[in-house]
Amino acid sequence: MSAKTKIIELNKVSHLYSAGTPFEKEALKDINLSIYQGEFVGIIGHTGSGKSTLMQHFNGLLKPTSGTVLFKGKDIHHEEVNKKTIRQKIGLVFQYPEHQLFEMTIFEDVAFGPKNMGLSEEEIKQRVEESLKIVGIGPELYEKSPFELSGGQKRRVAIAGVVAMQPEVLILDEPTAGLDPRGRDEILAEIQNLHETLGITIILVSHSMEDIARFVDRLIVMHRGDVAFDGTPKEVFLHVKELEQIGLAVPQITYLMHQLKARGFNVPLDVLTIEEAVQVIRSQVGIQK
Amino acid sequence: MLRNITIGQYYPVDSYIHNLDPRVKIMGTFVYIISLFLVPNFIGYGIVLLFLWMLIRISKVPFSYIVRGLKSIIMILIFTLGLNVFLTPGEHVLFQWKFIQVTGEGIYIALFMGVRLILLIMGSSLLTLTTSPIQLTDGIENLLSPFKKIGVPSHEIAMMMTIALRFIPILLEETDKIMKAQMARGADFESGGFIKRAKSLIPILIPLFISAFRRADELALAMEARCYRGGENRTRLKQLAMKKEDYKAIVIIGSLVIALVLLRMV
Repeated sequence: MSAKTKIIELNKVSHLYSAGTPFEKEALKDINLSIYQGEFVGIIGHTGSGKSTLMQHFNGLLKPTSGTVLFKGKDIHHEEVNKKTIRQKIGLVFQYPEHQLFEMTIFEDVAFGPKNMGLSEEEIKQRVEESLKIVGIGPELYEKSPFELSGGQKRRVAIAGVVAMQPEVLILDEPTAGLDPRGRDEILAEIQNLHETLGITIILVSHSMEDIARFVDRLIVMHRGDVAFDGTPKEVFLHVKELEQIGLAVPQITYLMHQLKARGFNVPLDVLTIEEAVQVIRSQVGIQK
Repeated sequence: MLRNITIGQYYPVDSYIHNLDPRVKIMGTFVYIISLFLVPNFIGYGIVLLFLWMLIRISKVPFSYIVRGLKSIIMILIFTLGLNVFLTPGEHVLFQWKFIQVTGEGIYIALFMGVRLILLIMGSSLLTLTTSPIQLTDGIENLLSPFKKIGVPSHEIAMMMTIALRFIPILLEETDKIMKAQMARGADFESGGFIKRAKSLIPILIPLFISAFRRADELALAMEARCYRGGENRTRLKQLAMKKEDYKAIVIIGSLVIALVLLRMV
């Protein structure tokens, strides 16, 4: 599926907050990064590592202090480029997106994005229904107030609000924060579904290694405004020591593999999921018997 | 975008003025403002200006920050100047058109008032620039505590001020986030006529109100969970205590007042 065409490209992007005051802070330092079409990318980093700032550069909400951001080869801060179109093509779901719900009914709220795009009534209706279906909100809830829903449902409605704009790239900032394990699994499954069935490029920002390791095919680790690691999860999680030094943990199962290895078992270290680990351990035990 | 707004505008550096007791600074600012009204002529303003310039140098706050505070009163300043210039009666008439006349006295009084206003704002902005909001409310609480006997709830007033001040940056950040989230959904706050723009604020204001109520609720609950019950018998982490420097500061501000009083008598 991924024919390796660059969809978003960052060239030497730096960002300074409050430049020229005593509160000046360099949030991004000279970042070079390419996101390819159809990828499922995870961005991970400690609080204050610059991941949220980076995310807001992808769709032009923040303008780099220096450097350029290209979408399909075009500078998104060029005068002739319509920011609205860019933001529609690159959908961004903020942390706790349910805090931005405001309409009287769920249907109206999801329709806000498509309406701003100037679509016809029919098209809007179709898109709203489609995206609510994707996130698992049934038609019986359409006319309810979004404030009557449970936390997990609210979040799904908010995500549908961005999905309804039919973006080519979908960026999600901590989409599972504050949800119970079931709500978390549901949301992650829906995101994966979006990736697989619609072929949308997904960028998932998170600090939960376990969440990310299972789904993404590429992992970018941010540290102090810089890209510390960039590779497949298996490659990245080999650097246990370095990751711990910058305040991140690898999935627990990876730790287990390291401990087994230390005790003399011949196990691979790049195991990321429980299912994989079960297989590895089974084969080990089988051989030793 | 909203990061540029500085309310409370504390300028965090370490200086003699920053380290003064907030009570001294609050009372000092009061005395300074009163002394401005004692000034009889422009020589007096010269003395005050010199005094203020000295304080600003000691406080290590860049001069541009102090001047920035003047922006907010520019309309009042123009209004005051205008009224005084055009409406002061006097003998030296420079210009007359129907009932409007410009007199020499008018210009003198306008300048006099203008300088007073500018010095007033510059002096009081030095207080907020060198005192953190927490210190400020601590100082106010302490200064108000003698009035407790006549039923002034000084602790509650200070607590409300502290919470209100604490919530300003939180709500600004929240507004910024909601604006960005709605912009990501294609909202447009900048184009269109007055009504369209006012309408475009709804997607910001409703979530903002909801979140303000939610936060207030959460805070009240958290305070109750920790058995908060007002000012009675509470001790503080940072006790206010007068130091040698504070007494020096009182002497310095006192000498300004004395100098101005002497000037008035001469």
